[in-house]
Amino acid sequence: MEDMLFYDRMQFAFTITFHYLFPQLTMGLSLMIVYFKWKFLKTKIDKYNDAAKFWMKIFALNFAMGVVTGIPMEFQFGTNWAKFSELTGGIIGQTLAMEGMFSFFLESSFLGLFIFGEKLLGHKLHFVTGFLVFLGSWASGFLIIATHSWMQHPVGYEILDNGKFILNNFSALFTNEWLWPSYLHNQAASLVTSSFVVAAIGAFYLLNNKHDEYGRLFVKTGVVFGLISSLIVAFPTGDLAAKNVVKHQPVTFAAMEGIFESEEGGAEIVLIGQPNMIDKKLDNKIAVPNILSFLTYQKWDAPIKGLNEFDEKDYPTNIPGLYYAYHIMVGLGTIFIGLMLIAAVQLFRKKLYNTKWILWSLMFMLPFPYIANTTGWYTAELGRQPWLVYNLLRTADGASPTVSAGNTLFTLLGFIGLYLLLGLLFLMLVGKIINKGPELIKH
Amino acid sequence: MELFWYIVLMTMLTIYVILDGYDFGAGIIHLFFAKKEKDKKAITNAIGPFWDANEVWLIAAGGVLFFAFPTLYASSFSGFYLPLIMILWLLIFRAIGLELRGQVHNKMWEAIWDKAFGMASLLLALFFGIALGNVVRGVNLGMVTNGVSTQEAHYFFLPLWNSTFSPQAEHLGIIDWFTILLGVIGVVSLTIHGANWIIFKTNSDLNSKLKKVIFSLNFLLLGLVIISLFIWHIIEPQPFHNFLNRPWLFIFPIITFTGLFGLFKVKSFKKDGSGFLFSSLFLFGGLTSTVASIFPKLLPSTNSVNPDLTVYNVAAHEYGLTVGLNWFIIAAILVVIYFVIQYKVFKGKMDDIGYGDH
Ligand code: HDD
Ligand code: HEM
Ligand code: HEM
Repeated sequence: MEDMLFYDRMQFAFTITFHYLFPQLTMGLSLMIVYFKWKFLKTKIDKYNDAAKFWMKIFALNFAMGVVTGIPMEFQFGTNWAKFSELTGGIIGQTLAMEGMFSFFLESSFLGLFIFGEKLLGHKLHFVTGFLVFLGSWASGFLIIATHSWMQHPVGYEILDNGKFILNNFSALFTNEWLWPSYLHNQAASLVTSSFVVAAIGAFYLLNNKHDEYGRLFVKTGVVFGLISSLIVAFPTGDLAAKNVVKHQPVTFAAMEGIFESEEGGAEIVLIGQPNMIDKKLDNKIAVPNILSFLTYQKWDAPIKGLNEFDEKDYPTNIPGLYYAYHIMVGLGTIFIGLMLIAAVQLFRKKLYNTKWILWSLMFMLPFPYIANTTGWYTAELGRQPWLVYNLLRTADGASPTVSAGNTLFTLLGFIGLYLLLGLLFLMLVGKIINKGPELIKH
Repeated sequence: MELFWYIVLMTMLTIYVILDGYDFGAGIIHLFFAKKEKDKKAITNAIGPFWDANEVWLIAAGGVLFFAFPTLYASSFSGFYLPLIMILWLLIFRAIGLELRGQVHNKMWEAIWDKAFGMASLLLALFFGIALGNVVRGVNLGMVTNGVSTQEAHYFFLPLWNSTFSPQAEHLGIIDWFTILLGVIGVVSLTIHGANWIIFKTNSDLNSKLKKVIFSLNFLLLGLVIISLFIWHIIEPQPFHNFLNRPWLFIFPIITFTGLFGLFKVKSFKKDGSGFLFSSLFLFGGLTSTVASIFPKLLPSTNSVNPDLTVYNVAAHEYGLTVGLNWFIIAAILVVIYFVIQYKVFKGKMDDIGYGDH
């Protein structure tokens, strides 16, 4: 039983982590492609259209990966979390079914038109199909996060005697306090990913003296989008997300921030330190006093509850993991803002394209937004443990009763092998497109 | 309300089989009959812009199943765990076979992805047939041994096969000789269906050969269908009970046989779309007849301890099903609009769209 639960969780974690590498780029990049296409319609300068076409090639591959790794996600609720599906299907089934009906049909119908239809449709209509693909992917993110928010902060439900959750207020699903900050935060974060990817490829071209014209366009667009989205990720959306956690999951918040003891007269913010679960303290701590109280409650001396005030059986199951995930996300977020600010200043002074070290930094930053997004999700998911539906349904009670550990391990290994192959192929093919560059794409 | 969602779900699944079915069929044709590069191109052009949207019908049907019949979703997805995960893997191979082939121009690369696409299509057709067989035959709900349930009444788990391969064993496997038979019917009927689609959407040189293939496979299909009806009668003594009680249901088998017999005329059709129409009728009729014959059961129980899963005992709560109606109607209208736009833009023959050229 224990093993089975462990493999179920590993499988879910592995497949969703891999899946989310692709949609985060899909959602951000679709907006940026629409921007390029719109610029082209307005200015009629060919380079914008070429840029749109170039990114569409990468987008198409990325999208295909998102699709093939997304379908297993939809199935896994039933295959691996049957009890959870049976009990809560009447509620989260709503938002998941809506996702299929509203967004997947939209995306997949118009993606074909967007990719193959430029000649058939003309530029204006082609722009419209691009916009619809963008809309579909953002709707998809919305409905998934609505589902997820319900698991974090259940609303509009009633529990029957047989343990089943039933919906009694449909609109509550969408006015959920958890939903909007989380959604906007996540979408801004996916724009961070796409901006950094666009900027990194641009920097790569400039540093290699290849495709200079496009290199400049990509760096500039990436930096402008990147600065705006990095700021939005931190404030107001990240701030609001954190406030939701304090309010609804105080024990999670204490663990995220690494507060073992409640502090009267204001809580400090921890910059560095390693959780020591045996002595219940942080080792090698570097912290700034009173900041956390201020950030959370806008009062320097507001008290914040530490882990000591909660019952140990309600602790998040993996406190160090949660603490690191959160600190990596926030730390990276701070670095992103810093780098984009400097790059934007240089851009404004018309010196960016010659400032080598910034171009190098932009290029090497490419993987980090992916790491920040992934650790962000780990914060959310580890923070929710040991609950599947916060305070109502434990993870241990949600797994499929009849699927044995041996079978789950078999499929987990299969997914690992298959996804490794997919990942390699994807990198190879994207590398090929980048190497060819926007000019060669024209023919 | 349950009935409404039942019809929605069955309609979506049928649409899925008809649409993605031609993709599978095209893949099987690709595997066995397309030798020249030109023929392969014709086949991938014919399905290129569509397969992704077709696959969404499966995902969306899964969503509706989850939402409207959560208990069935939980029970069947965990019970048919292994084949479902394998279907997922095959869907992945089909998709990357199609999408990656054109990315690199190299004979070996192309050969690998051609085979991946073809084999995955073939196995998917087989698996979906087997899946249908399992639903018709029923499963050991509650995993009863010696008259005692070892699990909650609506849970079960099936291994891929048991040593007897018999559909009447106490501990069943997914694959037995009855479900294999339905698997083969799946392969044959989708091959015909895919061939019809290729004829409809291309001017490829293969087309005249495909008509002959359809003609001979159709005999095979007729034979298999008749055999399966007899065997079904043995496994389930009263399979036609529903039809005798509600004679209007006979419309479905009539549609099935119209499709089947119509296809014997394949060599003399004037319009290239006619064949596709008939094979769609066959699939539509075949699925609806099957579903109608077991109604209101969704998953029959093979033991006498636990009851069948029916439309009425697995549905979600009334309120959810009713509010779902509002968004579903809006969404369905939108889906129809997208569908019309998509097929308008890619109307007629598709030989020149250059799918997979990079
Ligand atoms: C580029 C990615 C990225 C960056 C730089 C940040 N985040 Fe984030 N964060 C995410 C990407 C992300 C995410 C992947 O999008 C998450 C996971 C769940 C969600 O809705 O968004 C998330 C979740 C998440 C949560 C957890 C919500 C929950 O438990 O459900 C909090 C409290 C924050 N974020 C707060 C912040 C703060 C204060 C940041 C300061 C800079 C920050 N994030 C930067
Ligand atoms: C709507 C979106 C999501 C839903 C409904 C969801 C739901 C779930 C469920 C059912 C589990 C299994 C129970 C558990 O062990 O926690 C889980 C675990 C997990 N999910 Fe999510 N998830 C979502 C999004 C994500 C994303 C995007 C990521 C990461 C990129 C993610 C990362 C994880 C991880 C790492 C675990 C394992 C946690 C652990 O082992 O403690 N989830 N999630
Ligand atoms: C456990 C939760 C999840 C499930 C069940 C799931 C399911 C799916 C499925 C079935 C697809 C393929 C759609 C198609 O065929 O067009 C897909 C793609 C997508 N998913 Fe997920 N997904 C999950 C997590 C997430 C999360 C957390 C996000 C973002 C916040 C997300 C955003 C997307 C987007 C934007 C796409 C379309 C673009 C692409 O394919 O790259 N998904 N997902």
